[in-house]
Amino acid sequence: MTDVHMSNVALITPAPGAPAATASAPKMAARNLDFYYDKFHALKNVSFDIAEKKVTALIGPSGCGKSTLLRIFNRIYSIYPKLRAEGQALLDGDNILDPRYPLNRLRSKVGMVFQKPVPFPMSIYENIAYAIRHYEKLSRSDLDARVEEALHQGALWGEVKDKLKQSALGLSGGQQQRLCIARAVALKPEVILLDEPTSALDPIATGKIEQLIEELKERYTIAIVTHNMQQASRVSDYTAFMYLGELIEFGDTTTIFENPTKKMTEDYITGRYG
Amino acid sequence: MSEHIVKSFDDELTQLNAAITHMGDMAKSQFNATLQALRARDSKVAAQVIRDDVEVDALQRDIEARAIRVLALRQPIARDFREVLSALRIDIEFERICDFSANICKRIIALNVHSPDEWVREIGELGALASKQLHDVVDAFNERNQERAITVWACDEQIDDTYTGIYRRLIDYMKSDPQRVPIGAHLMFMSKNIERIGDHVTNIAEQIYYMVTGNILDAPRPKGDKSSLDQVESHA
Repeated sequence: MTDVHMSNVALITPAPGAPAATASAPKMAARNLDFYYDKFHALKNVSFDIAEKKVTALIGPSGCGKSTLLRIFNRIYSIYPKLRAEGQALLDGDNILDPRYPLNRLRSKVGMVFQKPVPFPMSIYENIAYAIRHYEKLSRSDLDARVEEALHQGALWGEVKDKLKQSALGLSGGQQQRLCIARAVALKPEVILLDEPTSALDPIATGKIEQLIEELKERYTIAIVTHNMQQASRVSDYTAFMYLGELIEFGDTTTIFENPTKKMTEDYITGRYG
Repeated sequence: MSEHIVKSFDDELTQLNAAITHMGDMAKSQFNATLQALRARDSKVAAQVIRDDVEVDALQRDIEARAIRVLALRQPIARDFREVLSALRIDIEFERICDFSANICKRIIALNVHSPDEWVREIGELGALASKQLHDVVDAFNERNQERAITVWACDEQIDDTYTGIYRRLIDYMKSDPQRVPIGAHLMFMSKNIERIGDHVTNIAEQIYYMVTGNILDAPRPKGDKSSLDQVESHA
């Protein structure tokens, strides 16, 4: 696939209602984005920014389109037939929905971690090394260093450094999820998408992931889908509230949780409807 | 506002709200009784106000316990959070108003028949202004009415102006005859307590505004109490 530079194809236009803090060029952005699961209109004219090296949370009731939106940002839908997106999803100003935008390049820049930890059925070391080898040819010592660095960034090194050759499936759920985050950061991405990364974890493992998110945002741009309101308020800088495929309100997290503008947002975050 | 999915959360907020309303009614009734005791020089009524202050303290502790429970168990956010936070703050203001009422009543008992007519009238008028403010702020709370809260907040200046006048005349009253100082000191504290009640009413108004709108009422409030700026002549 040819690596086409797209920056003069898709110009960034500010999203209506985008907060001032993201007025500088956003890392990622949706512009008039629509998405269809065949005939079902899952996202309706969504526009918002994902600010660089900040955490943006997507919240809303089940079926509101938040996971769909997250998945568009690494074009995961493109492997399924009958799914289509219209409008723009921008990464550094380039429209990643354009078929000419190389998928390999996108996947190396945008990592993703899912609700259920999905370690590969191989050793802890290989879980990390496998992805790196796919993109880069490194010497053994360089690869070791990269694996160690990734496990450090995943806040897992201390717990696994003496059992790197053991199967990743022997790790606890929380450790497996941090391994998945380590695997994502091993490729030195620019953006990390987290789809309910702690919903299967206990409070201690959840706390560790939240602490990790705080550390990772120094280097990466993060978008997280969560059903946990407290989690969104704890970890994110910006919050987008979605309902029935529409972006209802987007703003800095403090405003959304202290004094949201829309009644619908307030009703949702205060537990007034599901 | 629509109801919470978890009904018991609504029940807890409703009960907390009712307790604050009750506290507001108690503050009104304690202060009204204080003014009645002042005007009638009625030590019995004054003593009752002092005794009832214990009930107010108990109610404040009950409200605090309820609010802390909601904070700990429900982790309220947005408007719910503001309701609970405001309950915690407003109940302290009402409790202070009741403390001031009790303090005035102690002084009414101390002065009893010795309260000069002109001062009973003047302090009574100051009290009537504060009483109206207190009634209005309780209504603003019950109605969740931020406009009414702002009106109350802005009207405190009138109390301050009236208090400054009383302060200056009381100084002259005491200066003219040192024998008047013990009575004058009580009268001074009584009027100052009423002026402070006005300040606590404005705090409640600010809290209502925050509770309803989510914004802080941070404009400078007109201040009429000039008594603290009066220069003192040196006799050293």
